[in-house]
Amino acid sequence: MTSCRQSGWRISMVGDSAIRIDFGALIDPQVSVRVLALAAAVRETGPDGVRDIVPSYSAATIYIDPLLADVDGLWKLLERLAAEPVSRQTSSRDVLVPVHYGGSDGPDLEAVASFANCSVDQVIHLHTAPRYRVYMVGFLPGFPYLGPVDSRIAIPRLANPRLAVPAGSVGIAGVQTGIYPTVAPGGWCLIGRTSVKAFDQDRDPPSLFRPGDFVRFEAVAGSTR
Amino acid sequence: MIRVVDAGLLTTVQDCGRWGSQDLGVPVSGPMDLISHRVANMLVGNDSACATLEVTLVGPEIEFLADTMFVVVGGEFELWLGEDRIPVGSVQFAHHGRRLRFGHRTAGARAYLAIAGGIDVPFTLGSRSTDLASGLGGRLLRAGDKLNTGSGESGTPVLRGNGIPFDLPRGGATLRCLVEQDVLRFDDEVVGVFADATYTVGPDSNRMGYRLIGPKLEQVNSQQVLSNATPMGTVQVPPSGQPILLMADRQTIGGYPRIASVISVDQSVAGQLAPGDWIRFEFCSRSEAVEALIAVEQTLLQWM
Repeated sequence: MTSCRQSGWRISMVGDSAIRIDFGALIDPQVSVRVLALAAAVRETGPDGVRDIVPSYSAATIYIDPLLADVDGLWKLLERLAAEPVSRQTSSRDVLVPVHYGGSDGPDLEAVASFANCSVDQVIHLHTAPRYRVYMVGFLPGFPYLGPVDSRIAIPRLANPRLAVPAGSVGIAGVQTGIYPTVAPGGWCLIGRTSVKAFDQDRDPPSLFRPGDFVRFEAVAGSTR
Repeated sequence: MIRVVDAGLLTTVQDCGRWGSQDLGVPVSGPMDLISHRVANMLVGNDSACATLEVTLVGPEIEFLADTMFVVVGGEFELWLGEDRIPVGSVQFAHHGRRLRFGHRTAGARAYLAIAGGIDVPFTLGSRSTDLASGLGGRLLRAGDKLNTGSGESGTPVLRGNGIPFDLPRGGATLRCLVEQDVLRFDDEVVGVFADATYTVGPDSNRMGYRLIGPKLEQVNSQQVLSNATPMGTVQVPPSGQPILLMADRQTIGGYPRIASVISVDQSVAGQLAPGDWIRFEFCSRSEAVEALIAVEQTLLQWM
């Protein structure tokens, strides 16, 4: 069960309890804005039987209770929203994240410098320069997927993931950069660490970062030591 | 209140799951076998949103610190209330100080201990479920833990049936599934291999997912896949070609291509599988999936 339009989106069922609308496998700010606007519009409309709405890079997945939700109605709602131009601006904030780069906090910083064929200072410069978009939050509670990373430092994932990445670690995986909110196994190349608490279950909302926010990194004094 | 005398292998508190925060990366968790969790709650007159104890493979020993009505539903375990053998699926009344002990397991993998009024642990982000990976909602139960009970909605026991509306797996199960859109990454031959295969639930399987051992599934198209939401029951295929069936504690998003999704009703059956059990997948239609769900609800209604 799928439907699509030449404008480049596709609606499909995912199992028997979710509907997904996908705007094409692209990491792109315009696509992200569309996905988030659509997710917000569905949330606002509040159709019966919707249990969760999960935006990702190019898609929004709507979890439903198949016995309560009107699948056809929801399908039509998605088609209508997808056909509309993006008029709404979803709320977003700018978050500044201080990072201690290198040393034991960023065990892969030197490897990124070798990959980019530049100095570690230049890596830090390239990583702190952009205003990154939060494309999605997931994998771990509060883990922000940020991008795009400068292609010169877009190092691939580690061949052998670490069993325990320390909380606060800042990593790169291709054109993505992110922050580990908690200790977890992980394959991203670690370049630094922040004291910012990305997730706190007692905070409302618990995640510091929300899809659509913007993030800048700032090197703290004493980085690379 | 109850006291954990012996925690068993892996006993956690579960309600219907932590819904509504997946956009912030918060996993859903909840029971591996939602149907048994619900039946257990119905039998003692609880709302199905009440928290139960999920018991895994080797059950605990629990002491009741107040007069308590309870039931165990799901996997077949020998059960002892003090010196008395009691059956699974039968509502019991325990006086203060009595102990419930889980013995040998003969079928299924998990059982749900429901107590009238529910297990009363604090809500975390709207749910009492324990997510072992993130630590949200608590941790594995340990000997000596004391848990409050009885604050939830509870009425008269309403269910007349005493079982669960599906066949409890004895060594394996056939799970009905729907084909996934990512199937374009797998050619017909590979989909055929998947449909004909008998997989084994691997030893490193847990509440997040089952690693399946069996025929390798080769991707024909290795274009980049962007991570997106991963519902329970998703069968994803990492580069090794050995599929993984995502279960209750799965992460909110994932980037591996998917070949199939196990239908809602059969996710509960999957929750009753243990490492070493076999799994076969049988493709069905979406209307069959919804009909199966309606049939379960009708059975539960008839029992009321």
